[in-house]
Amino acid sequence: MAPARSPGLPDILRDAGLYALVAFALCVPVVSYRTEAGPAGLELLPRWPLVGLLCAGIFVLRLAQRLVLARRDARRALIPAPSQATEAVHAEPAAGQTVSGFALWAFLGLALTLPVIATLASGGLGPARYWIDLGILILTYVMLGWGLNIVVGLAGLLDLGYVAFYAVGAYTYALLSTTFGLSFWVCLPLAGLFAGLWGMVLGFPVLRLRGDYLAIVTLAFGEIIRLVLINWTDVTGGAAGISSIPRASFFGIPFTADEDGFAARFGLSFDSMHRVVFLYYLILALALLTNLVTLRLRRLPIGRAWEALREDEIACRSLGIDTTATKLTAFALGAAFGGFAGSFFAVRQGFISPESFNFLESAIILAIVVLGGMGSQIGVAIAAVAMVGGPELLRNLGFLSAVFGEGFDPNEYRLLLFGLAMVTMMVWRPRGLISERQPSVSLGRARGISGAHVSEGHG
Amino acid sequence: MSVAGINVLVEETRAIQARAGEPLLAIEDVSTYYGSVAALRGVDLTVGRGEIVTLIGANGAGKSTLMMTIFGAPRARSGTIRYAGEDITRLPTHRIARLGLAQSPEGRRVFPRMSVFENLQMGASLHGGRWFAQDLERVCALFPRLKERLQQRAGTMSGGEQQMLAIGRALMSRPTLLLLDEPSLGLAPLVVKGIFDAIRDLNRQDGMTIFLVEQNAYHALKLAHRGYVLVNGRVTMSGTGRQLLDDPAVKAAYLEGGHGAATTA
Ligand SMILES: Nc1ncnc2c1ncn2[C@@H]1O[C@H](COP(=O)(O)OP(=O)(O)O)[C@@H](O)[C@H]1O
Ligand SMILES: [Mg+2]
Repeated sequence: MAPARSPGLPDILRDAGLYALVAFALCVPVVSYRTEAGPAGLELLPRWPLVGLLCAGIFVLRLAQRLVLARRDARRALIPAPSQATEAVHAEPAAGQTVSGFALWAFLGLALTLPVIATLASGGLGPARYWIDLGILILTYVMLGWGLNIVVGLAGLLDLGYVAFYAVGAYTYALLSTTFGLSFWVCLPLAGLFAGLWGMVLGFPVLRLRGDYLAIVTLAFGEIIRLVLINWTDVTGGAAGISSIPRASFFGIPFTADEDGFAARFGLSFDSMHRVVFLYYLILALALLTNLVTLRLRRLPIGRAWEALREDEIACRSLGIDTTATKLTAFALGAAFGGFAGSFFAVRQGFISPESFNFLESAIILAIVVLGGMGSQIGVAIAAVAMVGGPELLRNLGFLSAVFGEGFDPNEYRLLLFGLAMVTMMVWRPRGLISERQPSVSLGRARGISGAHVSEGHG
Repeated sequence: MSVAGINVLVEETRAIQARAGEPLLAIEDVSTYYGSVAALRGVDLTVGRGEIVTLIGANGAGKSTLMMTIFGAPRARSGTIRYAGEDITRLPTHRIARLGLAQSPEGRRVFPRMSVFENLQMGASLHGGRWFAQDLERVCALFPRLKERLQQRAGTMSGGEQQMLAIGRALMSRPTLLLLDEPSLGLAPLVVKGIFDAIRDLNRQDGMTIFLVEQNAYHALKLAHRGYVLVNGRVTMSGTGRQLLDDPAVKAAYLEGGHGAATTA
């Protein structure tokens, strides 16, 4: 490939200009005016500077992307093209592996010490609450992502209704604790068990479905559960939900200010933050449990069977693998972890309603799995941090409200951000953040097999 | 499998043959439909223990359908399939596989994102890896190319290597009956020769029974003890490999008829 064939600067400029133009055309109806309720009905406030900023931003981004791509192409052109797929495999040996190895330890270290760091950095337990709460939120999604990863990432079953199991777990705890007064520690396994059973119930009818059809049916299942929760008022409290759900205790010791409380028993002065820190470590433990179980199962025949199922169901069956049982275990296990996370959610919030379990939640969890790289544990964790922590980060960037006007709430733009993240990922890393699949067994020195440049060949 | 082991196996095979006198695989009057379209119409076919039996036929004759029908997907609408005397017509696919049948299906169907090693492990999963090390050695001896590539992603291998892997994966389950669907499809003549040599070795040395579906009629009939010709879902001819090779009708339709099989020999 001659370097002369790579596009020149004028080409690139024209291309970026075109992008900006398209962006402008899209902005005109969407961004350029803001409606405001004025004294004489709705008023249109022009926002042309914002439009200009957006278009300029897109121009610059596209320009940068094209320049980087052109440089990469030029660099590739110097290296002789790999004549065989095998060479492509050995190019870039395990680059992603070291990254994910490092990220793993960094992530774990940060997760374990976050309450301490936050306390030190913000000068006290109270002020650290924001960060610890954020940590809890992120970890909840990490856990949900890891749970769904079993179904979608490992077994390759596209499940769009995962939030249903989250809801089953939450309602199981809420109902058992409010009606029978059972403690959280009794309810936690029950919630997992119950959600797992529901996973099987969903699993049975959809066993024969593949791909799109499976996605549609699971989507419907998620909605059905939500509608049942809304309409079965006698049991679930309907749209009003269930409130005053008992709080978590420290293995039986409540977090109260009296002498039976946690603080008094351990000789500490009472601080409502103790419970928050406890919740943080609880969800961390649950998430790590999910991870450990998944990693362990990946090495066992059942985990192998999930992965093989994702690759080729027919081949699986003719190797003697019972695909029915394999799918059901994936569904049930993924659902059980969703249930654990759900009961954690209920005990943390103290209040649940069907509102919290809408399709958007399923979409977010699925986006986390897909962005993370379908099957990569650390990828899912990073994606969860980005997807949940990202909007929070934006909230704290002061200059954004300077640009977008007062009262700018990044949370309202969450979906837009997801869309942007998805499109960016498709351009840059179509196989997800961590697209390496580590062989679950390796001979001699471990070597990741890069999927970056090699296309799947079935023939 | 050691030489002694093979001898025992051969002895055993003879003993069982003498005792039962019944073929390992017996297909009787099997018809298979896709919707309302018949793909197989009353097929009768037997494979005896220790035999290589080949099924030849043009594209779309129903060869792959027959192979998949033996594995229960699609299911035969009528007729019976018996394996070692047991009726397997209505068994689910994975149960059939557990009886000691293994296949290298059409299009190879290796697990593309898994390494070669993991693919072979999947093949051995029925036994929980009890004989894994020695079987791996055996497969690597049969296909040295696989040995060099154990850590490579299966999807990145060449067609011939994937074919070797598909056969190797089937062998890892220690089958009594090995079914191969067009192992020579799209491969260079030299690679085809290597694969056919391997099939012969498996039969001669290990006494494995092999049912070989092929379009490459010349090679297949030379290799096989017996053969069947499938036309539009019906068996039109059968006989020993030699008989079919010499048959003028077979010659005209499958050997000189543009497949180029005879000329590559
Ligand atoms: N999944 C399927 N659905 C419908 N028709 C099929 C299917 N598979 C094969 N057929 C049809 O069945 C006939 C036999 O196909 P096949 O068994 O693949 O032939 P061969 O392997 O001999 O080339 C062909 O006419 C083919 O079109
Ligand atoms: Mg075929």
